[in-house]
Amino acid sequence: MGRFWAIFFVLTAVIIFVVSWISPSQNWWFPGDGLAHSTLGSKIDDLFYLILVIVAVTFVGTNAALGYALWRGATIKQDEKVWFSHGSHSLEVIWTIVPSAILLFIALYQLDVWAAYRIKGFVKNRDGSPKQIVAVAEVTARQFEWRIRYPARGKVLKPTPQPDDLYSVNELHVPTGDLVSITLRTDDIQHAFFVPELRVKQDAVPGKLIPVWFDVTDTREYEMLCAELCGWGHYKMKAKLVAHSTEDFDAWKDQVSAEQFDDGFRKPAE
Amino acid sequence: MSTLNPTLEHAGHAEHGDHGHSQSFFFTYIWSTDHKMIGKQFLVTTLLMMMVGGGLALGVRWQLARPWERMPIFGDIVFAGDGGQISPDAYTMLFTMHATVMIFLVIIPVLAGAFGNFLIPLQIGADDMAFPTLNALSYWFMWPAIFFFGASFFMHGGGPAAGWTGYPLLSLLSEAAPGSRNAQTFWLMGLTFVGVSSMMGSVNYMTTIINMRAPGMTLFRMPLTIWSMFITAILQAFALPVLTAAGFMMVADRLLGTCFFVPAGIVVNNAPPTVGGGQTLLWQHLFWFYSHPAVYIMLLPAMGMVSDMLACMCRKPIFGYKPMVYSMAAIAGLGFIVWGHHMFLSGMNPALGMTFMVSTIMIALPSAIKTFNWIGTIWGGRVQFNTVMLNCTAFVSMFIIGGLSGIFMAAVPVDIYIHDTYFIVAHFHYVIFGATLFGVFGAVQFWFPKMFGRMMNETVGKIHFVLTFIGFNCTFYPMHMLGIAGMPRRYADPYHFPYLEHLLPMNQFMTAAAFLMGFAQFLLLGNFFLSIFFGPKCGRNPWGANGLEWTAPSPPGHGNFDIPPIVYHGPYEYGSPVAGDKDHLMQTDYVPLAQRVALQDH
Ligand code: HEM
Ligand SMILES: [Cu+2]
Ligand SMILES: [Cu+2]
Repeated sequence: MGRFWAIFFVLTAVIIFVVSWISPSQNWWFPGDGLAHSTLGSKIDDLFYLILVIVAVTFVGTNAALGYALWRGATIKQDEKVWFSHGSHSLEVIWTIVPSAILLFIALYQLDVWAAYRIKGFVKNRDGSPKQIVAVAEVTARQFEWRIRYPARGKVLKPTPQPDDLYSVNELHVPTGDLVSITLRTDDIQHAFFVPELRVKQDAVPGKLIPVWFDVTDTREYEMLCAELCGWGHYKMKAKLVAHSTEDFDAWKDQVSAEQFDDGFRKPAE
Repeated sequence: MSTLNPTLEHAGHAEHGDHGHSQSFFFTYIWSTDHKMIGKQFLVTTLLMMMVGGGLALGVRWQLARPWERMPIFGDIVFAGDGGQISPDAYTMLFTMHATVMIFLVIIPVLAGAFGNFLIPLQIGADDMAFPTLNALSYWFMWPAIFFFGASFFMHGGGPAAGWTGYPLLSLLSEAAPGSRNAQTFWLMGLTFVGVSSMMGSVNYMTTIINMRAPGMTLFRMPLTIWSMFITAILQAFALPVLTAAGFMMVADRLLGTCFFVPAGIVVNNAPPTVGGGQTLLWQHLFWFYSHPAVYIMLLPAMGMVSDMLACMCRKPIFGYKPMVYSMAAIAGLGFIVWGHHMFLSGMNPALGMTFMVSTIMIALPSAIKTFNWIGTIWGGRVQFNTVMLNCTAFVSMFIIGGLSGIFMAAVPVDIYIHDTYFIVAHFHYVIFGATLFGVFGAVQFWFPKMFGRMMNETVGKIHFVLTFIGFNCTFYPMHMLGIAGMPRRYADPYHFPYLEHLLPMNQFMTAAAFLMGFAQFLLLGNFFLSIFFGPKCGRNPWGANGLEWTAPSPPGHGNFDIPPIVYHGPYEYGSPVAGDKDHLMQTDYVPLAQRVALQDH
């Protein structure tokens, strides 16, 4: 019976490993085509896969050890002496140093990505110069929608609303290519800005203006949601992020501005 | 089962039953100041609360599998107003109260309250806790907590709906959620009473462990259970006042018009703008300053108990006793400086984020050391595959998964994506349920004979284990995938978003597994309550374990020990060469000085 249980636990580990392995092929993996559509996003994915490999190796190793120990424990004869040991100093040193080296490596290795996500000077061009960040919009979360304010075409985003600002609700339009930033705020309670396919997430905290920057690599629509519990309608704070090419973005602004400032009276037909 | 120590056995039978006659039913079973009775009271209460919390969880799972569908049977009773379906409002209340009940009324009290109370005096050789009346109060203060949490559910407008973390302003401004009217005040009162109860336990445990150890019971001869309870008590003593203070600040904000957590100019639901220059983030800092250590309060005692049980079931000393102690201390120490990892995305200073990240990653180290030591303990042992061992093995193997998933989140850039998705839900369920609760199931079965003088049924125990284990893994493992697929937590209807639609079948599978697991718990309850009356009687030491508690009668009478114990060596002398023809040494077995070199502490 003991052997059965040893197999039981090993089998659990094997099933878990296999399920994780086939998950991407079953579409139980990153949303959409599985790729991050932003530069920083793909770095996050790389980091994720690196950790996945480390973790998978550790998982297999520890479970093999556990399974083997159980199997041996099940097959030992009743009159056989157990391995009487209070521990081993050298083993203890090994399994302190090896994991701490690995963990320290992970800790240091990821610092750059975090810095690029939160500290402006760390976002670099290919030649190493700090990258220009274009402020495209102010995004205001409220129960249960997103209100977005853009500067007029050719203007820069001001902290306070301007007469010629453009507005949209539940649709954030951004140009692709450039590193764009939004100013995130909330009118009421805490929400979180989340665009899964860009791997961008940031809480919107009452009383704070938080800049979030990212680039979008493909002109497409992306789903945008709220990731912080904000009441009964939390699940339906649904919006989309529309990425345009730069020309299309300008054209879109012209169009919105035409619609927004149209007073409803038209010139009589001539 | 027969005992390995027949002489003591007979002494026990004579003793047995002499106590208790002098006391009325009320003083024996209700207002008892005996640590063993208080431990049992905690155990029964928390097991019942586990069923309540589980029921709420099944409500949550129902919605995720069959969103907006009429719920059979329960729907018409509980959700009649919404046509028998769970409204999004009710959904937020369900998961809020599920987490609240499970964390504050099940996991924390079952570990420190039930097992801490029952085991501490017995394992250190004391006759009771240092402050028995305080101890009784610590149990009875659970009831106001249960009352307040329970009543909050029935408030006008609905129950608390701000998550178990109760982040303001959702939890603070009554316009933000219907449940944020009186319900949230009641919830905070419940939290305060739970805190008071834990605090009473905490001072009691610290005093008892420091002052009341039997002669010879040096700190490094204490079983790891005692070490874990000791460290947990210290954690509670330092962390809890912060939560209690935060709770009172929130109550003041709600009732007295202070503005600790309210920034100016907030407009919720067209109510007039708020005044005041508070900070909502202050709550998050205070809350996690308690609740991060609290996750270890939810785990360390189980780690200690599992160590004791593993050594016994493998008939081997624990591998690396001192490293186990040091790593628990390290977890506790580091536990106080990592709370910010719950707030990586709250817009705090990025440099602060880095320190929190590095400290969080390093906290994985002591956890890893412990895991290796448990495997080392099993290695080369003569393993007894009974229910206790199975649950303990599940503890280790589930803790491996929970610990490893923590590394993804500790890497902040990955946490940007993972935070507030189902990946988090998977992680903490693997740790709190997968590890802790399996440890508790093992502990129930292991110490039951000491508590009631009878054994629990092995076959039922094994069936319960297998069903729970399979149900658990099928319910929670796929949550990692949901998280990677970007499914946020606390969504009443994730399928509202096209990119999550294809996850419905997976959620239905998980819900089915959750129901299986839920029903399996009736086996545990049945086994527990029936065995109290009908289980086969057992002697003092049915497992051949060597802690002090096994030298006392089963169940021990008032004052615990018939002969005050004297301790000669550490707690894990299984298979010791100095034991002669016996297979283990009790801690009270005298070993001549010349032979002590082979023992844990020389
Ligand atoms: C040892 C026992 C552990 C317990 C009981 C535990 C429990 C928890 C709980 C309950 C949460 C979620 C709280 C919430 O937001 O509702 C959580 C989150 C977290 N845990 Fe653990 N955990 C443990 C181990 C670890 C380890 C070893 C690591 C890292 C190596 C880790 C890293 C994290 C991180 C970074 C989060 C926050 C993730 C986020 O919300 O974005 N945990 N843990
Ligand atoms: Cu939300
Ligand atoms: Cu934490």
